[in-house]
Amino acid sequence: MQLEVNIESKTFLNAASERQDVLAGINFTLGASEVGVILGPSGCGKSTMLRILAGLDHDFRGRVSRPVGARLGMVFQEPRLLPWRSVEENVRLAAPLIDEVTLATLLSDLELNAHRTHYPGELSLGLARRVALARAFAVNPNFLILDEPLASLDDALAARLREQIASLIASRAVMTLLVTHNLDDAVRLGDRLFFLSARPAKIVHVETIRVQRIARSEVEIAHIKGGLLRVNLANV
Amino acid sequence: MLRLLSILVFLASWWLATFLVGPSKLPPPPIVLAAIIGEARSGALFFNLGVTLGRVAIAFILAMTLGGAIGYLMGRVRLANRLGDPWLILLLNLPALVIIVLAYIWAGLTEVAAIAAIAINKLPTAIVTLREGTRALDLALDEMATVFAIPRWRTFQHVILPQLAPYIAAAMRSGLALIWKIVLVAELLGRPNGVGFEIGIAFQLFDIALLLAYSLSFAAVVLVIETLLVQPFEARCARWRPRAA
Repeated sequence: MQLEVNIESKTFLNAASERQDVLAGINFTLGASEVGVILGPSGCGKSTMLRILAGLDHDFRGRVSRPVGARLGMVFQEPRLLPWRSVEENVRLAAPLIDEVTLATLLSDLELNAHRTHYPGELSLGLARRVALARAFAVNPNFLILDEPLASLDDALAARLREQIASLIASRAVMTLLVTHNLDDAVRLGDRLFFLSARPAKIVHVETIRVQRIARSEVEIAHIKGGLLRVNLANV
Repeated sequence: MLRLLSILVFLASWWLATFLVGPSKLPPPPIVLAAIIGEARSGALFFNLGVTLGRVAIAFILAMTLGGAIGYLMGRVRLANRLGDPWLILLLNLPALVIIVLAYIWAGLTEVAAIAAIAINKLPTAIVTLREGTRALDLALDEMATVFAIPRWRTFQHVILPQLAPYIAAAMRSGLALIWKIVLVAELLGRPNGVGFEIGIAFQLFDIALLLAYSLSFAAVVLVIETLLVQPFEARCARWRPRAA
């Protein structure tokens, strides 16, 4: 179970028919149960890259070999829930085989039990994000993609959700790709961090964190962050 | 309650109008009611209403399913849209009368010709509405369905159809209104029964009470179908909206 990514280039035509180079050199592999974090300035092409990795975009130069028969779970930048289906129906649509016990545990882990029968329109963004997370984990994925799952949440809420994501990932050992532009999130959640340049994006730095995720102390996290800031401020 | 009041206001203004134009041109409500009861007693009212409703139902179902499928295809596939568009514009702008007359000439004064003519009249508006609905589909949700490998049929049922529901409701609503009008013309021109045929007879005999008796019974049936079928369907489609306008 391994993800191999060799994207040589990705271009598209904008509305004014001008050629835009989005990705210029993305090469990495990700092993089973490894958590890779993609960092980069906003608009650098992170989401475009994720769409390629998720198999939504096949129009690029290069090769991406996704694990054969992998069950993909994905949290998009916007929750992308079906407004006309309840929370539970949204989760069950993606994961029709999930049993009641697993679903109940997952929903209570994410503090969604009280919202089972609610419609997405009745939820705050933080809650909708959690439903999207529940949906991604409900399919029992072996490849998980999280596209800025903590963006535009306030600090307290983001911290809670980060904890929940961390414990969900830890309890499942699933190959994960997380996109963020928050260095703190990256250092807390990731095993390997990939730093992307501005458009057209290429990987400019890879940081491998040797310490186990759960074993990282606040001091170590601060140390790693400090080191990264020194290395990367010039490049990113 | 407000609906009832609105109907009462209609009846009152009708009665008032009979005094202004004279009962020979506009008979007052009791005379029309008597005509309705007379037709109902003989069974002719129910027979003709039933025949007309049957034609409406078949033509409506035909036009909606066919129009929905074609509209969806044209909204999804660019080639289908480019091929179908000239036909659609032609059909949209062809007068109903031309379609009906041609259908009777080519297929004879038959039931098939009548129903086909009615359905063809409704078809292009159903196509246009559903095409717009399909074009407005949220691609982000399509991607979600792809990522989670939701089977096609389930995607159609849970992702696509709910998005099309308001367009389907709009097509149903406008289509039904169109068909109610056209079915009577088709019956008048080439059928030996139905509300349109009876209205034609009443016109030739200058029997305004009979004319109004059939028109109003027909309108009542339309109103009942709107209230009992179309509106509940629309409400059901909108139940997920926090506060429907």
